Amino acid sequence: MDQEINPVINMVVFAAFVAVTLFIVFRVSRRKASENEFYAAGRSFSGRQNGIAIAGDYLSAASFLGICGAIAIAGYDGFLYSIGFLVAWLVALLLVAELLRNTGRFTMADVLSFRLKQRPVRMAAALATLAVCFFYLVAQMAGAGTLVALLMGFTDPIAKDVTIAAVGLLMIVYVIFGGMKGTTWVQIIKAALLITGACVMTLMVLFVVRFDFDALLRLAVEASPEGEAILAPGLRYTNPVDFLSLGLALVLGTAGLPHVLMRFYTVPSAKEARRSVVWAIWLIGIFYLFTLVLGFGAAALVGPEVLTDAPGGENAAAPLLALALGGPFLMALISAVAFATILAVVAGLAITAATSFAHDIYASIIKRGDVAPGAEVKVARITVVVIGVVAIVGGIIAQNQNVAFLVALAFAVAASANLPTILYSLFWRRFNTGGALWSMYGGLVSCVLLIVFSPAVSGTPKSMFPDADFSVFPLSNPGIVSIPLAFVLGIIGTFVSKPEPDHDGKQAEMEVRSFTGAGAEKATEH
Amino acid sequence: MPESTSIAERSVEMQRSPEFQRLRRTFMAFILPMTALFLAWYLAYVLLAGFAPDFFAARLGESHITVGLLFGLGQFVSTFAITMLYSRWANRVYDPQADPLAARMEQGEQRGAA
Repeated sequence: MDQEINPVINMVVFAAFVAVTLFIVFRVSRRKASENEFYAAGRSFSGRQNGIAIAGDYLSAASFLGICGAIAIAGYDGFLYSIGFLVAWLVALLLVAELLRNTGRFTMADVLSFRLKQRPVRMAAALATLAVCFFYLVAQMAGAGTLVALLMGFTDPIAKDVTIAAVGLLMIVYVIFGGMKGTTWVQIIKAALLITGACVMTLMVLFVVRFDFDALLRLAVEASPEGEAILAPGLRYTNPVDFLSLGLALVLGTAGLPHVLMRFYTVPSAKEARRSVVWAIWLIGIFYLFTLVLGFGAAALVGPEVLTDAPGGENAAAPLLALALGGPFLMALISAVAFATILAVVAGLAITAATSFAHDIYASIIKRGDVAPGAEVKVARITVVVIGVVAIVGGIIAQNQNVAFLVALAFAVAASANLPTILYSLFWRRFNTGGALWSMYGGLVSCVLLIVFSPAVSGTPKSMFPDADFSVFPLSNPGIVSIPLAFVLGIIGTFVSKPEPDHDGKQAEMEVRSFTGAGAEKATEH
Repeated sequence: MPESTSIAERSVEMQRSPEFQRLRRTFMAFILPMTALFLAWYLAYVLLAGFAPDFFAARLGESHITVGLLFGLGQFVSTFAITMLYSRWANRVYDPQADPLAARMEQGEQRGAA
């Protein structure tokens, strides 16, 4: 199978994608971008464009390669994962997107500190933002090295390091020059490629089985050493409590992911934010239905044994299925799509982290809002370089580790540190600064501690430190403890602390603004 | 912001007005039951998958389609359905109530700033 992989075609297709996106990024870039342009693309994207970009931001390599591979090997349990990722969008649509768009300017911290004490709440929100972005970014970068090396046929370990550095460098270039506008276009192009590619492959698989889904399942069952067990849950998630914990973190985490929240500021109004989420839900949902066919298709047409032995293991399911369906050229296209997927996701994370540092920590906390025009964007651009270097180094260090728990950790932190405070400040009038600080720091610290003492880090052969054992917490996802804890801490913190003197006025201002849209940030360019 | 006290005062006034109270009730009357519904349906799904895998493994007749597969696809259907219901409700019921209130607030803002 390996000798059929043609690295030259792969490299040409990769290079073409990079050239096209760089061209677009430089065309839309402005050297002297204002904060509005750099952070929020002048709020000039339409709901549909932003919806496609959200799909591009959200569907990571884990969604595409990971879920296809998990379905190919473990069957039903791979499908379970995608359901949490999809249903989560209803939390964002019904409770968060529009109210947040009406209230904030650029960051999650804008909303959380709107009616509470500025500096401490902004600091906590910025730290939670940076933590989520860091965990997510390192996981993506570490995966990128292995993945691209596999797709290009690199075997030298140095080649993996070089690949990670190249991904980081491209990310820096996209974000520094393109800002939010360039990043958004990269995400739109990637989403179009990814969904089209998955659609074409799905049709090819269905054509092979003459559009008989039952026949596809039968072939997958016959090919699998697990037999009929792949049609039901239980092959991968053997501990139901752990699975419940993961399910909670997935469904409540999405609406607290800072890079997702930030996308709502790139449209001119709350109505367009609503349209973007509707588009995103349809695109993401249809994409996950494609992965169901592709996963079982890879099991039926490539075979689980071939996948397990392939370099890259089950992550190679989608590219190897492409090879089986359409030869080296289709495989090159699908591999390039996977590469585009990683680039678009890391660019979105980098601009979110840079915005949070420059806007929340530098301009609002250190400079107390007294910043010369242009200085904030300059700081944001410098931050992008720092984040890029940290991500490259982190990715190289973590590349041979099992980093799947980092993504789970990012979702758990978003669900515990961010979501309770977002919901309380939007819907609970009495909620105050004390409650926000208790909930955010409590959620953040409990998540990180529970992960450190979980089997993901020590105690089992698959752990990060297999030789040590300090895993006193039995679950690999902290959500089931840390999410309720953060909600409860928000209530306790509110009752034990005194409200600010202007509590009622600020609360009324935020409530009226979030529900009606009066005074919300408008588009700056047309 | 010198007129910030006036924004706060006008906001409190708006918050207490019967029109705004009605808007908030309209919102809660749709959003709360919908949220409870999809969260309960999702939790039921996760709990069944975790604690009753044999139920999910049951096949439909002679086919390879399982109960679990149908429940999973059911999550997709309900997500798409709630999305479209919400979108219709927001465009037809919520916006016509919210927009006049926003206009009233923003008119007041211009007067306050002048």
